[in-house]
Amino acid sequence: MKHIRTIIAKEWMEVFKNKMVLFTTALMPILFTAIPLVMVKTTSGSVSAGGSNADVPALFAQMCGQMNAGDCLQIYLINQFMVLYMMMPLIIPITIAAYSIVGEKTTRSLEPLLATPVTTEELLAGKALAAAIPAIAATWICFVIFLLLLPLVGATEAVRQYVLGPTWLLGIIVVGPLMAVAAVNFAIMVSSRVNDPRVAEQMAAILIVPVLGLLFGQVAGLVVINLQLMLIVIAALVVIDIGLVYLGARLFQRETILTRWK
Amino acid sequence: MIRTEQLSKYFTTRKGQQPIRAVQDLTLEVREGEVFGFLGPNGAGKTTTVRMLTSLIGPTAGRAFIGRWEVGKDDQNIRRTVGILTESPGMYERLSAERNLSIFANLYDVPDVPGQVEKYLRMLGLWNRRFDEVGSFSKGMRQKLAIARALLHEPQALFLDEPTSGLDPEAAKLVRDFIEELKSLGRTIFLCTHNLDEADRLCDRIGIFKSRLITVDTPENLRTKLYGRKVVFHLAEVNSAWLVALRALPFVQDIQSVDNRLVVSLPDPEGQNPLIIRRLVELGAEIQFVGELRHSLEDIYLQTIQGEGV
Repeated sequence: MKHIRTIIAKEWMEVFKNKMVLFTTALMPILFTAIPLVMVKTTSGSVSAGGSNADVPALFAQMCGQMNAGDCLQIYLINQFMVLYMMMPLIIPITIAAYSIVGEKTTRSLEPLLATPVTTEELLAGKALAAAIPAIAATWICFVIFLLLLPLVGATEAVRQYVLGPTWLLGIIVVGPLMAVAAVNFAIMVSSRVNDPRVAEQMAAILIVPVLGLLFGQVAGLVVINLQLMLIVIAALVVIDIGLVYLGARLFQRETILTRWK
Repeated sequence: MIRTEQLSKYFTTRKGQQPIRAVQDLTLEVREGEVFGFLGPNGAGKTTTVRMLTSLIGPTAGRAFIGRWEVGKDDQNIRRTVGILTESPGMYERLSAERNLSIFANLYDVPDVPGQVEKYLRMLGLWNRRFDEVGSFSKGMRQKLAIARALLHEPQALFLDEPTSGLDPEAAKLVRDFIEELKSLGRTIFLCTHNLDEADRLCDRIGIFKSRLITVDTPENLRTKLYGRKVVFHLAEVNSAWLVALRALPFVQDIQSVDNRLVVSLPDPEGQNPLIIRRLVELGAEIQFVGELRHSLEDIYLQTIQGEGV
């Protein structure tokens, strides 16, 4: 554990000394917290009493059940942002993780690091946790801020209850970290196979595509992110994470990394 | 301390192509407390050898031992036993010198991290700059810091890959002086260098290497093997009869006259110089100066490498 702690501390010291990385890491959580609050504020009271749920996709309207049209519309809107909250721990660590191995390659610090008694597992775990922890922490902190500010922007009790319900909580507490693990392991895997940090970042960003698919699917009314879908996503992510962790460790060939980099 | 038996490393490139033979059948032994110079042209396989001996990469064939640990079987123990100065210092530029060393001291499981960090920062004259970012350091300071990093865990064997490469003369001297200090402390040092003067000054033995070990011996023995020992007698004038007289002496292997100098090849100059001097005085020669003709390591290196058709 000491080696993992040392690698995490080293990564954080290096990353957070870079003000640009710090800024981009902080900017997204702030935006993803502010935008849904503004949406709730602007839509509160926009549906007249006795209005219907016809404004939201039919699939989503079924989920609203007996809710009034105003509540259903607000839930529909902020449900899009749940996807963003799930995406946050995926996007934030990519920059850090993508740079983790290829960065060491370009600064030539990987060879001395690999010459220490650190095992491959410790090295990868340290790098992965260093990237994932800030992302998960930022997501959770932003979600708490979002929850606290929700009543102040005019969200009704039904909306607050929905956000505190199992779908959102599973999304934030379980799916978020699972997304982070997938993103970080994929980015590190790419990072150990390329010679340019920019290539690593670009390739790792591919992971966002399926999550965007979920977002647009819901906007288009093709899918609804409900408890059932959330459980399917969790199961799929567990399998993906196990596969990526295994593959990442297998693909991290010390010798290849040392002898074939340019 | 360091022992290899038929150690080989081949790199495969593309399918169907012959593998690159970086190291072939390297068999050598470096004794404890010895400074061993590993010389060879670029691409000779020196760095590959160092990487194998520090368990960074595995051998294709043969065996290597650091103390009682075998490469490929006891890699974790080898990494704890050896220190390596890589060709490029590879420091964390945004972090301070002290942070850089603390990170590695922790990774090497050093028991007293602050104590060891302070010891080596002071030893290398970097204590006053300990809180400065390494990015602001000169090349020489970075190199010294990298040496400190390699020593933090008090390794039994130290591998230095081109320690003075790219340094200005002053910085190179600082690094060389420190290596001499380590030598006086009895450290086992495996030194890869292109600087032949450096190797001559620092190394107890030298191995000349080009994918395989061409020769290994002390610098003095390499000189003797290649050129024999030659003594130069500076005279006021040279008489051709003296050459004949000296050539008649049974121990004189060869004698040549160059201007007012006689260059005499002798197997044991310490014992035979007085006899030569006595004979020259008897012959009426005025001896102005006597000295040994010393070939540089560069001559030996070039002769050896060229002899191998490199």
